[in-house]
Amino acid sequence: MAQQNRLIEGGRIARDSVINFSYNGKTYPGFVGDTLASAMLANGIDVIGRSFKYSRPRGIVAAGAEEPNAIMQLGATEATQVPNVRATQQELFAGLVCQATNGWPNVEFDMMSSLGSVGASVMPPGFYYKTFMYPKSMWNTYEKFIRKAAGLGRSPLEADPDRYDHYNQHADVVIVGAGPAGLSAALQAGRSGARVIIADEQAEFGGALLHSKESVNGMPAMAWVASVVAELATLDNVIMLPKSTVNGYHDHNFLTIHQRCTDHIADRAEANVSRQRMHRVRTKWVVLASGSHERPLVYGNNDVPGCMLADAVSTYINRYAVVPGKQLVLMTTNDGGYQAAFDWHEAGREVVAILDTRSYKGDQTSAVINRARELGIKVLTGSAVVEVQGSKRVSAVSISSLNSQGDKLVGDVTQLSCDTVASSGGWSPAIHLSCHTGSRPVWSDEVIGFIPGDTVQKQLIAGAIGGAFDLQTALAQGTKAGAQAASNAGFDIDLDAAAPTAESVAETAPMALFHIPHPKETSRAPKQFVDLQNDVTAAGIELATREGFESIEHVKRYTALGFGTDQGKLGNINGMAIAAKSMNKTIPETGTTIFRPNYTPVTFGAIAGRNCGELFDPKRFSAMHQWHLDNGALFEDVGNWKRPWYFPQPGESMQQSLERECLAVRDSAGVLDASTLGKIDIQGPDAREFLGRVYTNAWAKLAVGKCRYGLMCGEDGMVFDDGVTACLADNHFVMTTTTGGAARVLEWLEIYQQTEWPELQVYFNTVTDHWSTITVTGPNARKIVDEVVDDIDLSNEAFKYMDWKAATVMGVPARIFRISFTGELSYEINVQANYGMRIWEAVMDKGAAFNLTPYGTETMHILRAEKGFIIAGQDTDGSVHPYDLGMGWAVSQKKPFSFIGKRGMAREDCVKEDRKQLVGLMTVDPKKVIPEGSQAVDDPKQAIPMTMLGHVTSSYYSACLGHSIAMAYIRNGHKRMGETVFYPQADGSAIEATICSPIFLDPKGERQNV
Amino acid sequence: MFYIYCPHCEEHREEEEFHAAGEAHIPRPLDPESCSDKEWGEYMFFRTNPRGIHHELWVHAVGCRKFFNMTRNTQSYEILEVYKIGEKPSITSAAAKLQAQSKVQEGV
Amino acid sequence: MSDSENNSAFNYAATVNCMDQRPAQQRQIEGQSPLQHADLATLAKAQLGQTGSIQLTELKLLGHIILRGNLDNPGFSAGVKLTLGLALPGTLQMVSDADISIRWVSPDEWLVVVPGERSYEIEQALVNNLQGHCAVVNVSGGQTILRLEGEDVQKLLQKSVPLDVHPLSFPIGKVVTTVFAKTQAVISRTGDQQWELVIRRSFSDYVWLWLQDCSAEFKLVITE
Repeated sequence: MAQQNRLIEGGRIARDSVINFSYNGKTYPGFVGDTLASAMLANGIDVIGRSFKYSRPRGIVAAGAEEPNAIMQLGATEATQVPNVRATQQELFAGLVCQATNGWPNVEFDMMSSLGSVGASVMPPGFYYKTFMYPKSMWNTYEKFIRKAAGLGRSPLEADPDRYDHYNQHADVVIVGAGPAGLSAALQAGRSGARVIIADEQAEFGGALLHSKESVNGMPAMAWVASVVAELATLDNVIMLPKSTVNGYHDHNFLTIHQRCTDHIADRAEANVSRQRMHRVRTKWVVLASGSHERPLVYGNNDVPGCMLADAVSTYINRYAVVPGKQLVLMTTNDGGYQAAFDWHEAGREVVAILDTRSYKGDQTSAVINRARELGIKVLTGSAVVEVQGSKRVSAVSISSLNSQGDKLVGDVTQLSCDTVASSGGWSPAIHLSCHTGSRPVWSDEVIGFIPGDTVQKQLIAGAIGGAFDLQTALAQGTKAGAQAASNAGFDIDLDAAAPTAESVAETAPMALFHIPHPKETSRAPKQFVDLQNDVTAAGIELATREGFESIEHVKRYTALGFGTDQGKLGNINGMAIAAKSMNKTIPETGTTIFRPNYTPVTFGAIAGRNCGELFDPKRFSAMHQWHLDNGALFEDVGNWKRPWYFPQPGESMQQSLERECLAVRDSAGVLDASTLGKIDIQGPDAREFLGRVYTNAWAKLAVGKCRYGLMCGEDGMVFDDGVTACLADNHFVMTTTTGGAARVLEWLEIYQQTEWPELQVYFNTVTDHWSTITVTGPNARKIVDEVVDDIDLSNEAFKYMDWKAATVMGVPARIFRISFTGELSYEINVQANYGMRIWEAVMDKGAAFNLTPYGTETMHILRAEKGFIIAGQDTDGSVHPYDLGMGWAVSQKKPFSFIGKRGMAREDCVKEDRKQLVGLMTVDPKKVIPEGSQAVDDPKQAIPMTMLGHVTSSYYSACLGHSIAMAYIRNGHKRMGETVFYPQADGSAIEATICSPIFLDPKGERQNV
Repeated sequence: MFYIYCPHCEEHREEEEFHAAGEAHIPRPLDPESCSDKEWGEYMFFRTNPRGIHHELWVHAVGCRKFFNMTRNTQSYEILEVYKIGEKPSITSAAAKLQAQSKVQEGV
Repeated sequence: MSDSENNSAFNYAATVNCMDQRPAQQRQIEGQSPLQHADLATLAKAQLGQTGSIQLTELKLLGHIILRGNLDNPGFSAGVKLTLGLALPGTLQMVSDADISIRWVSPDEWLVVVPGERSYEIEQALVNNLQGHCAVVNVSGGQTILRLEGEDVQKLLQKSVPLDVHPLSFPIGKVVTTVFAKTQAVISRTGDQQWELVIRRSFSDYVWLWLQDCSAEFKLVITE
């Protein structure tokens, strides 16, 4: 029967809009305005999943974010799968497709359940903790089993087709929660002119008023809500965000709000519309009006479908016109719980009995008791449900009388037939966001719950989050907090504005009761669940305390209480109360419970925003990038730069391309796009002095027109960058850095100038992007460059190695640096990047006659390794100083100022004999290339663990030399020239190599000086 | 995510624009050569890492590129003040202790 | 420390290398903006006459000159005023006249933007007119300017930059250097609904992709 639990009238649903949804392959009807949960209940769906550990059937318990069981897998297509959606928070839309997350192979017939106690014996309490302790090797086995059994949901196997984005917001006042307190606050703050954002996780504003029968300002509560929303809508300074969960409250009043923009409309968002949006909000003041969650009571078999929260029952009846059963037994510790029975009765269904756990003296009574009796409802005071019968649905309850403390049963256990048990153990303030700020919550005996503690944030609270559970107080606190927040943010406002009014009813004090005693001791009684999502029982918590886990944080980790997506919204307080009682402590003595972001799960899409696909990370391109693309380059990532790696020709393997490119450079000429190297313009009367302090070598006498190579070290004496710096004028230099090190070097120069040597007059400016650098290198480089240069003499006499000259290249002014990273005759042509492509093309054009070959970073690496030139970051790792590199020639110990690194490299450990030193390697088998990272040993036959001497940093096959070459660290290597070492490999073999100088080609450096 | 007042730009900016550069007020020894290995090691590697009031060096990296100092509570993450290079903090843990003591003496 | 410390009015021009980096006019060599490959001109032609809620115009191939100097040095601030006819703007301020704009970047740094064809003339004049410790750096090849105009630009910026772009916090005439998506930009508000982004050459393709993506829910029109 379709929607057999739907009332014929009432509720905030559109009865003329019937929509169908699919659950576990079967189609059901519902209405616009339903949540998935209310529609499932309307259709009489009792079992919506199986439990994590024991695989017990579970039903819907709650009506909001606190729902522990109804965790669904949503999505009509593979690409739109979303795991872990709470049915209670998902608005129904036409064509919604969902499946139970938990339950294998299906919720109705469950293999684990039929295996009886297998689940329980495999996973006793403490499973999580013990598994991680030992034996480690078993985790893979367990994990597979747990994941399948727990059904943690699954991620889609296809790319998510929807858009998600981020939105930065700044506000004066952010109000979290649009219930009575939040709305009253928004009215005040909004009227003050402050920039206000009010966010609420529900589909509509109103909070608890959405299912309340109370009045505000003499009108039905939702009429008042409508009037407030209408006024807020007229204020330009107020942003209203329904369907938006404030999931995180971070430092300095920064909040993350997860807005579900189209999740209520369809399986997919429309093109170009964001499905979800993450608001990143910085605000001057925050008003937390996040309300509270009803707390269930803990009793035997309290997880059988049909066991629900009292307020959830009211919500389903009043807001959705759904009565989730036929015969209700209500158990409550407080007056508020009675409302569920009144609503049930009014809906025309049978209230079997109200069990009020409180003992009343003599013929003492109360307003709610009187009202129940007027309605003909049986009220049993001092009574409780001790156990439920039934498996897939409640069939009956065992009840008993309690003593006045609620810790002992009195008299006989009797039975009542029913199909629904609603319980109310009072209300737990929703303090999650307050906890995110690091504020420790405080226990209040009066509230019977934790309330927000002291905070350094600019934050106020209003309503149930602070324990103000009655409507009148919530409205008053909201009004005051809204005005105060706006005033604190600097807006002129009456701090004593009148609050909306509601009826206040005198209540009998609630009872602090959490765990209903059972005739048997807890460990032998039917399971009494504390945390339904993680299958944590009262017995499990008692076991944890017996095993010595006394802090609640330890109990949590031992039992998994409050883990997962649930974060203990229903179970935490009950769990703490049970732990406290078993240790004869009070709840605050047991510890406070805290919460971390996020409050409810956030999709990865919303976290990533638009930082995905092509926009995942910026790609930096040189001015010649299009040419590289057009000419078939493959690219290598260097920092964010896309640098040509090599330029394969059709049919070539990578090795063939590299050999061709290398030989072209050695035999004729090659060209490299070197634009990505960091370039820093340095000016000032003290520029030269500054260079002398940050480089290890001398700069005092570098003449205008000259270039010099330098090593840069940290204060520890270890090399971190290198490059060539040219003297452009007396006070003017341009420094090059490694491609990846540019930003770091600039910040390094700045920190010393600004904090250590502010008296040195020097300015640093990045010009990396301003210049395009085209390196022409090889024996024919001069001939090629001569073709493109209009005006200068390139002869070796006129333009020496390590000089730079201003020139005009094909009409474009340029600076040409005669420096070399290949060991060949080289010219680096620098032109303003707007002309880079033009000059590159001209060079290629003129170079064609000389087989000018474009080459990439991989070829560059081989060419420089043949010359033994280091690459900072590849051949250095922050643990080597210039002497380790055999580059003592680049250190001037005579400079008057103690340059950065000088003292560091003089430390005892840095000057000892047996440091690892950079050497060259020639393999005995000339074809064998040693994998980079391989470790050297003297004797490959020694027992494992072997004594390792150092690792290979660079290793290539050199086509030019016809031999495999490598650069490597070897302990005391500079004194071991000519000796043999071995590189054991994973396959058991060992590569034999001879230690040599790392300068494999042209040791005298004649080729670059021609 | 801190919200940091840049003393050079004279307004608050998001943490994304800044880099932390370690503890503040650790001057490079004027004569490194006269330092023992131990002294040099202390300059380079040893930091106070206090729980509570801490003076830090920050740079407005994506902004004015200027360094400045910050006094921050490492427990609450509260930023108590920012001040330019060369200036001294007005809030120190010693001052805070003194103040707490005097309050006790005054019976506040 | 240098000899010049006692001589804050030393001749700056003599100590630096200032070079005309543009080809001679008679060579008729046109530069290529960082967004050359995007061919905005063709897009603009295709959208000619359309109005969007976001209009994007590249202000390309302008002269970009970084100025560094200390305001306490009269040889610097007076030299700038003399050369450009504009005083250096204060913290987070931008000033402009018909041809020239100056953006504050930091307490000792400004970005001067001038017509491309006058970039060397103005750079040279600055170098010649400044005294003492300062720096004039041509960065014209390294960056470009995007002008965004329209009712949805503020929303686009909210998706892209973390700081507050509300008119109360970001009035006309303000300029900031800040995070833009995963890169950075110098952002100024030049009108009620008009903004300019100065972006780096190597990141310009990323910014271009980002802007198109951000505008997907709005209407982006390219204009020249």
